[in-house]
Amino acid sequence: MLEIKNLKAQIEDKTILSGVNLKVNKGEVHAIMGPNGSGKSTLSSVIAGNEDYEVSSGSIKYEGEDLLEMAPEERSHRGVFLSFQYPVEIPGLSVSNFIKTAINEKRKAFGQENISAKELLQLFKEKCELLNIDKEYLSRSLNEGFSGGEKKRNEIFQMAMMEPKLSILDETDSGLDIDALKIVANGVNSLKSSSNSIILITHYQRLLNYIVPDFVHILKDGKIVMSGDKSLALKLEKEGYSFLN
Amino acid sequence: MKIEPKISEDILLDEVTSKEYEYGFTTNIESEKIEKGLNEDVIKFISKKKNEPDWMLDFRLEAFKVWKEMEEPDWANINYPKPDYQDIVYYCAPKQKNKLNSLDDLDPEMKRTFDRLGISIDEQKRLANVAVDIVMDSVSVATSFKEKLAELGIIFCPISEAIQKYPELVKKYIGTVIPVRDNFFSALNSAVFSDGSFCYIPKGTVCPLELSTYFRINEAGTGQFERTLVIAEEDSCVSYLEGCTAPMRNENQLHAAVVELVALDSAEIKYSTVQNWYPGDKNGKGGVFNFVTKRGICHDNAKISWTQIETGSAVTWKYPSCVLKGKNSIGEFFSVAVTNNFQQADTGTKMVHLGENSKSTIIAKGICAGKSNGSYRGLVKIAKGAKNSRNFSQCDSLLMGDKCGSHTFPYIEVDNKSSQVEHEATTSKIGEDQIFYCNQRGIGTEEAVALIVNGYCKEVLNKLPMEFAVEAKKLLEISLEGSVG
Ligand SMILES: Nc1ncnc2c1ncn2[C@@H]1O[C@H](COP(=O)(O)OP(=O)(O)OP(=O)(O)O)[C@@H](O)[C@H]1O
Ligand SMILES: [Mg+2]
Repeated sequence: MLEIKNLKAQIEDKTILSGVNLKVNKGEVHAIMGPNGSGKSTLSSVIAGNEDYEVSSGSIKYEGEDLLEMAPEERSHRGVFLSFQYPVEIPGLSVSNFIKTAINEKRKAFGQENISAKELLQLFKEKCELLNIDKEYLSRSLNEGFSGGEKKRNEIFQMAMMEPKLSILDETDSGLDIDALKIVANGVNSLKSSSNSIILITHYQRLLNYIVPDFVHILKDGKIVMSGDKSLALKLEKEGYSFLN
Repeated sequence: MKIEPKISEDILLDEVTSKEYEYGFTTNIESEKIEKGLNEDVIKFISKKKNEPDWMLDFRLEAFKVWKEMEEPDWANINYPKPDYQDIVYYCAPKQKNKLNSLDDLDPEMKRTFDRLGISIDEQKRLANVAVDIVMDSVSVATSFKEKLAELGIIFCPISEAIQKYPELVKKYIGTVIPVRDNFFSALNSAVFSDGSFCYIPKGTVCPLELSTYFRINEAGTGQFERTLVIAEEDSCVSYLEGCTAPMRNENQLHAAVVELVALDSAEIKYSTVQNWYPGDKNGKGGVFNFVTKRGICHDNAKISWTQIETGSAVTWKYPSCVLKGKNSIGEFFSVAVTNNFQQADTGTKMVHLGENSKSTIIAKGICAGKSNGSYRGLVKIAKGAKNSRNFSQCDSLLMGDKCGSHTFPYIEVDNKSSQVEHEATTSKIGEDQIFYCNQRGIGTEEAVALIVNGYCKEVLNKLPMEFAVEAKKLLEISLEGSVG
């Protein structure tokens, strides 16, 4: 699904990623942990195609193709989804209109017709139930005035609506209360299948109790310095990052 | 009595994307026009052509006299070569064999024009909620639904026809809201106007249809001077919409309209405009000079609401205003003004509070892109006797790129202590993070800008009747095409 080789990225003259290697197969869940500022969000931004970051070397293959060649919207059309650590507010644009546009743009890219109002409403209903979301919230302005937790839930709602192949969840768990964490984790689990993959960026083992990863990686100073199975997260939880030294 | 625009769920609105100025075609219809230039004979000719009564001709001649003594204003924040008023054709009419009884009899070539305007008449008929009057160049060519409206005593017809058929109504109100000598352009219009719409809603009547006028400049070198008069009798209610387009031409075309609204006791008038005159090309060549005077008067408990989406014209000079004469009267102004490339707009409103307890609301949203210049100019005046009056003004500007300019000129005069005026202003830019967020969801940059802009304008777009909100959104997209990234 995704193969990152020796990826180096910088902003202005500051190197942030200094040689990341990562391979994610279909159906796998990978967790990426690591200290603040180690480059986790930068990695997800680069995968999503944020042009603020300059890739100086290395490659990213997605389904066998060069991902770095694609515009951000094309990556999205092909199934790359990023749940943002800090979702952006767009005043006056309703959640429903935003998602409708996103779905239709993807359809357009594949030469398909727009989604019918009926189909869309059905989908909204289903996914609202899945994530325990009040339908009224669909007509609110996108992320405007949302609480921290609501913003995160909204990201996962969009993920559910768009059915991506590769989802990167950047600290989706921070800001969620205990009940919301369970609901969101259940939602993510139900979207999981043998044909899609998930990268979870988190600071806490707690989330990994609900969404169980196949691999855990530790990113430090712009590099993956250690990889293991879920027990690595438990070890981190106990000992902190000091054992890396 | 309320007119609530029905806003259906966003998801049912279908957005259409299209790119360049779509309305820049001309129509090959034979037309009858006179020589360039303006003098008493031209005015007499127009008046005669229209078979006008003497009082109308006198009104025009008087206006011409006043105009000759006036000077073109230059206080607005706009720069343009002053038109040569002797180099304009003041009367031009599409030639038609007979008078039309229904839209079906319309000249096929002209009908095609209207179809291409996207405001297909057939479509509008089917919408069944819109009665349309179309003014092409200087004369009104088709008015639909006349009979249906007539059953309710509602008059909706070209003003030239109203002058013939309802002279006492026209005579009573014309020039009362906007006196001939109000300004240079209103004086010029009063002298030479050739057509426009007239609308009269009888006492206690709620007009069941949206009334709509479509203005189109077609001929080269002609000026368009429409005159619109809307009278809402006591306890009546009407919603009126006008749309405007023009062909692409290298020279500037002049448009100087006058719109007068009279809302008698407890009446309500909602007047919406979607203005898309040709803005000129990317280098600032050509485009319509739009100098418009619009004003309404509100008697006791009456309400006038102006909504405008201004995307076109090379130069716009326009301040739809309310004179809140009656007690408890309400004035509203909701505006989106877009400027791109070399467009210039100086637009806003005047709310003049004379009656006690009168209220006004101003929501003005400016969007500037390219090398354009947009100014909001607003006057809120609360007279001594207008006790306990309130005004709320909000002026926002959204800048795209760093070569455009946006300015706000609020003038506030409050002459009593019991009244309150609030003014808020913001300036913002479209954030790269907002665009990237949209990109990540598969939405390209152009479309993302459109979504963000539509969101920014939502409060105003929501005031438009639904069918026109869709058209307005489409227009915003077209006019901002290519302005980011
Ligand atoms: N736009 C930017 N301009 C300057 N520096 C940046 C920018 N974006 C990221 N950085 C820097 O790059 C480093 C990595 O940031 P990044 O957000 O990827 O960390 P992170 O691992 O996601 O941290 P956290 O756990 O706190 O979310 C940090 O030192 C950060 O300050
Ligand atoms: Mg981060």
